[in-house]
Amino acid sequence: MTVVTTDVAAPDTRKAGRFVYISAVALLCAWVLVPIYFLLINTLSSPETVNSFPKPFIPEFDLGSLQFFAGFAGMLTALKNSVLVAGMTMIMSILIGAPAGYALSRFDFRGKELFRLLILLTRAFPLPLLALPLAVMFIQTGLDDTVFGLALVHTTLAIPFSVLITFSLFSGIPIELEEAAWTLGCTRLTAFTKVVLPLILPGITASAIFAFVISWNEVFAAAVLTIENRTLTAFLLQNLDTSPLHLKFAGGFILVVPALIFIFAVRKYLFAMWGIANR
Amino acid sequence: MNARLLPYVLILPVTLFLCLFFLYPFVLVAKQAFSTGSGFTLDNFSEVTSYWKFPITMRNTLLLAAAVVPIQLALALLMATMVNRMQRGRDLVLYVWTIPLGISDLAAGIIWLAIFDQSGFLNSMMSGLGLIEKPVNLLTFQNPGIVFLAIMLAEIWRATAIMLVILVAGIGLIPKEYYEAAEVFGASKWKQFLRITLPLLRPSLQTALVLRVILAFEIFAVVAALGGTLFPVLMGETYAYQFDLLNSGAAAAMALIILAISIGFTLIILRILRVPKGATI
Repeated sequence: MTVVTTDVAAPDTRKAGRFVYISAVALLCAWVLVPIYFLLINTLSSPETVNSFPKPFIPEFDLGSLQFFAGFAGMLTALKNSVLVAGMTMIMSILIGAPAGYALSRFDFRGKELFRLLILLTRAFPLPLLALPLAVMFIQTGLDDTVFGLALVHTTLAIPFSVLITFSLFSGIPIELEEAAWTLGCTRLTAFTKVVLPLILPGITASAIFAFVISWNEVFAAAVLTIENRTLTAFLLQNLDTSPLHLKFAGGFILVVPALIFIFAVRKYLFAMWGIANR
Repeated sequence: MNARLLPYVLILPVTLFLCLFFLYPFVLVAKQAFSTGSGFTLDNFSEVTSYWKFPITMRNTLLLAAAVVPIQLALALLMATMVNRMQRGRDLVLYVWTIPLGISDLAAGIIWLAIFDQSGFLNSMMSGLGLIEKPVNLLTFQNPGIVFLAIMLAEIWRATAIMLVILVAGIGLIPKEYYEAAEVFGASKWKQFLRITLPLLRPSLQTALVLRVILAFEIFAVVAALGGTLFPVLMGETYAYQFDLLNSGAAAAMALIILAISIGFTLIILRILRVPKGATI
């Protein structure tokens, strides 16, 4: 059917259209990649080159800036804190969120709509603002300025996503599979661990990684809630006015690297995760 | 376990967690905003709104959202439709386009700082082309337009991906039969986009816009990295109240103001793009 209609169009305009289309795609790819490439050049140049002018457009593969970054007081601790907070966020948001996602996909219960509304509400609110009152609450409970306290706030950020994502993942697995396992002598629990879990594990990993990225990137709450135990984002933000350029760029690059890897790891799931979760 | 109780047991952890770390802090922030130590008062609000910087921060934040979000929406729609008819290399292109999704606002600000900085790549390019003699300091108070442009570009660069993902997922849910039928009746690609894609994409558009607009009012780190104090925004002022001025009452009031704007715009978007009852794909 499509063939008939396309043959009617003049071949020249079709060719031109195709050319415009491909160059538009290439242009948009460049729009995303070129700024990252610039950051890469700056990171892999010596501090002198970073502060000089004009800039080279090819990296000189000098590790001076990165060495300076690693040697900067407090930077490695901040990096470690970032990884710790993100790791805890990842684990907590899945452990707490996944059961609810399962419940939403498998059961009809009273208050289900109310519960979904609560989840959607949290996603629709400017959550980092919560860090302000929590700062007070944490001082009272001794959680202030701890990695765990910050992880709790980041889990609040990540939970709506982990519930909605696991909800859409579980919905993708037919309940008949579970029912078949029940008839073959499995209990609800063993049916879950033997049948559903292996199928869902890659998706769960993807949504865990997503939670990691959310925490890794969060700036405002991290800056508000930590003083001594700064995460990398909070540390960089705090020192924006005073730190030299090569430190900023090396820090920015370290922030970007996990993003590149993680988005690559979860790329298959990104769209499935959002598809059903929208509704 | 009892099958009727099981769902409640499963949602209990989330519910408890959100009550403790979402609802309760909200009560606290509201209490803090409406009191200065003794009873109910609007002092905090009058303090922050009467500050000379407040109209500027409010205008900056709204202006930025108004400049950025429509461009992002158009760009995300364009990218989503382009990807939809792609036969080869779809996965690679989608990966590249969604990379900014994982990049924090702070990192995005730093990336664009590498371009707009005095010794940055924009200056290097311009001098390479012979347009300028020596590097110009672009991000200063003499060039408010360029500061605005830099922040705008960084935001568009960073946050279009989230809309793209939601829209691509939404377009994937539209049955192909509709397009085939439209083709039979001779509808052009543009007509198909207007009559099929846009109306059926409404739920996704809703989600994408709500999420994006709320995040646009929360803009903070991009501005901190690129403009510093040159371009004050609401979230930055909230941070300043909390830390530089140690006035948590005022910070709480600012937080509630941001929240009120976010809720207001969410309701407007939901109203404009409301999905008719019972309509499904």
